[in-house]
Amino acid sequence: MRRKVNQAINLSDYKDIWVIGEQREGKIHPVTTELIGEAKKLVEGTANQVMVVIAGHNIEAEVEKLLYYGVDKVYYINSPLLETFSTDGYSKAIAELILEKKPEIVLVGATSIGRDIGPRLAAKIGTGLVADCTKLEIDPSDGKLLQTRPAFGGNLMATIICPINRPQMATVRPGVMKKAVHEANAVGVVEKISPTLKDEDIVAKVVEMIPSGKKRINLTDAKIIVSGGRGIKGPEGFDLIKALADKLGGEVGSSRACVDCGWIDHMHQVGQTGTTVRPVVYIACGISGAIQHLAGMSDSDYIIAINTDPEAPIFKVCDYGIVGDLKEVIPAMMEEVDKLKAFEL
Amino acid sequence: MKIIVCLKQVPDTNEVRINQETGTLIRDGVPSIINPDDKNALEEALRIKAAHDCTVTVLSMGPPQAKNALKEALAMGADEAILLSDRAFGGSDTWATATVLAAAIEKVGSYDVILCGRQAIDGDTAQVGPEIAEFLNIPQVTYAKKIDFKDGKAIVTRYTETGDYVIESKMPVLLTAIKELNVPRYPTVKGILNAYSPGSDNIKVWGIDDLTIDATQIGLKGSTTNVYKSFVPTKSKTNEMIDGLNGKEKAAKLIGKLSDLKLI
Ligand SMILES: Cc1cc2nc3c(=O)[nH]c(=O)nc-3n(C[C@H](O)[C@H](O)[C@H](O)COP(=O)(O)OP(=O)(O)OC[C@H]3O[C@@H](n4cnc5c(N)ncnc54)[C@H](O)[C@@H]3O)c2cc1C
Ligand SMILES: Nc1ncnc2c1ncn2[C@@H]1O[C@H](COP(=O)(O)O)[C@@H](O)[C@H]1O
Repeated sequence: MRRKVNQAINLSDYKDIWVIGEQREGKIHPVTTELIGEAKKLVEGTANQVMVVIAGHNIEAEVEKLLYYGVDKVYYINSPLLETFSTDGYSKAIAELILEKKPEIVLVGATSIGRDIGPRLAAKIGTGLVADCTKLEIDPSDGKLLQTRPAFGGNLMATIICPINRPQMATVRPGVMKKAVHEANAVGVVEKISPTLKDEDIVAKVVEMIPSGKKRINLTDAKIIVSGGRGIKGPEGFDLIKALADKLGGEVGSSRACVDCGWIDHMHQVGQTGTTVRPVVYIACGISGAIQHLAGMSDSDYIIAINTDPEAPIFKVCDYGIVGDLKEVIPAMMEEVDKLKAFEL
Repeated sequence: MKIIVCLKQVPDTNEVRINQETGTLIRDGVPSIINPDDKNALEEALRIKAAHDCTVTVLSMGPPQAKNALKEALAMGADEAILLSDRAFGGSDTWATATVLAAAIEKVGSYDVILCGRQAIDGDTAQVGPEIAEFLNIPQVTYAKKIDFKDGKAIVTRYTETGDYVIESKMPVLLTAIKELNVPRYPTVKGILNAYSPGSDNIKVWGIDDLTIDATQIGLKGSTTNVYKSFVPTKSKTNEMIDGLNGKEKAAKLIGKLSDLKLI
């Protein structure tokens, strides 16, 4: 099935934007609605439609939910051989459909599953793939997809195009694109597809699933870190820090002062003699902002500081600062997050 | 058993700095290292070698100086090292890189396990491994954190965000390593002496003429993707103090802003 780079194809045969929907154990992964939101943005003002492909078995009810996000069509590839995830089965079934229907753009979530199946699909089809994009745009001059992504650990951004092969494929970082709006009425339709899969096609088989139990702390990969400093006043202060971190799906960090006091393990220390972190959001609570602490977190995308002292140096390097008592501010933040979540599906 | 490890030499990105005027990477004086995930891949190969009777071949595509990475791999205990180096390979994207590596693997011939790192820290794409597997038409298991062999099959625990999958695969199979897989060893003194002793030229170098390869599929011209532009991300701090009557009001404003920015 593998095609060559110079596909020598007629580019105008290709239309529509496809989202490769991700489901795990029968539940749709949130990145799917983010990709739909982005795809809808990209088709605005064009004749292209937004379609979702989802592979699985006996998940009709879950698949129908996607129609309420304004997609024009869902291709539901249904087979008992697709009940559990396999790179072999999923990539074969999806690649066949892509080759048949010729979408112009294909978006895949850059999850650990999407980044497994994405390159396999691209290699099967014979097209390029741009990994872990954080921004997508259509070039108004020639309609090509401009795919922007970080490289060199975020030190450099690159915008990449796939000029002569189709479809143009990207994996898209979860949590970056805005979710599609849930609408009251479904517009599109679900089209069921029976793949030409055989048992022998699936060589690498999942034989067991082990749900993750206790979470290990992983500051380097964390997207959100809530850190406590001496201003939390004692070891029990970390209960509050942890509560906020859990609510935001983040990890707990600490200044060295708290580690030295024995309030928390050194594993959590951020800074020159601790871990260097670069999360999307770093929330410093009761941390003065000594240079050795800043050395480990100043590359965070967004820094938020909560401190009672308006002169604290941390406010000089933050994006948003709150002068206030963390014991009052943190519980109020958690209440607000709850209110937000109440609106979500 | 025979194991092939694909290993890339990369600049240590912790040391990479950007020239703010030109917006380009300053590579001068930046040390080159074996890509960290690839070191885990090599370590695993050496552990399998110790437990089963097998040989370990390391492959790297890159400029002549990538020999240093291969020397280090030999010093750690690899049996054979091959550098894929040719002007024609320059400018390759993941498609073209995987095409060259797959052709080299075919030339090496028989193999049971191919180990790659999950991703290289310069490009962070994590695509080369799966693309090689597709080109060789063999199964893959990515994000491997534990590897065993039983009854001629590979039993691999692979990470996902929501829990691990245990995957059973026939061989040959391509696996990509994450850092949870193991802790890489240091080269032994004997290994260093063998690998670096003067006159020991123990690294084979293959160019395009040594491989059975379609020249239109490699290098800059054979690449499916092109860099259209690159730029330095602007990280200016907003530096906004949030006002309000009390902590509650400020907290509400803050969460509103974070939500608007899609950060939470
Ligand atoms: C060689 C060396 C290496 C070091 N390495 C590190 C390192 O890796 N990491 C690190 O963090 N430090 C490091 N340090 C220590 C560093 O210099 C600082 O001492 C430390 O970071 C201070 O921690 P802190 O901000 O929690 O405490 P403090 O400086 O005591 O600050 C506490 C802050 O909390 C605020 N506060 C008090 N009560 C409240 C309240 N109720 N609500 C909100 N705010 C409140 C105060 O206004 C104050 O700003 C290092 C020092 C040296 C010399
Ligand atoms: N030039 C190369 N030479 C050898 N192996 C490579 C090369 N590029 C990538 N790889 C392998 O493919 C993996 C994924 O790389 P990447 O897709 O660039 O993130 C790496 O961890 C290596 O194992």
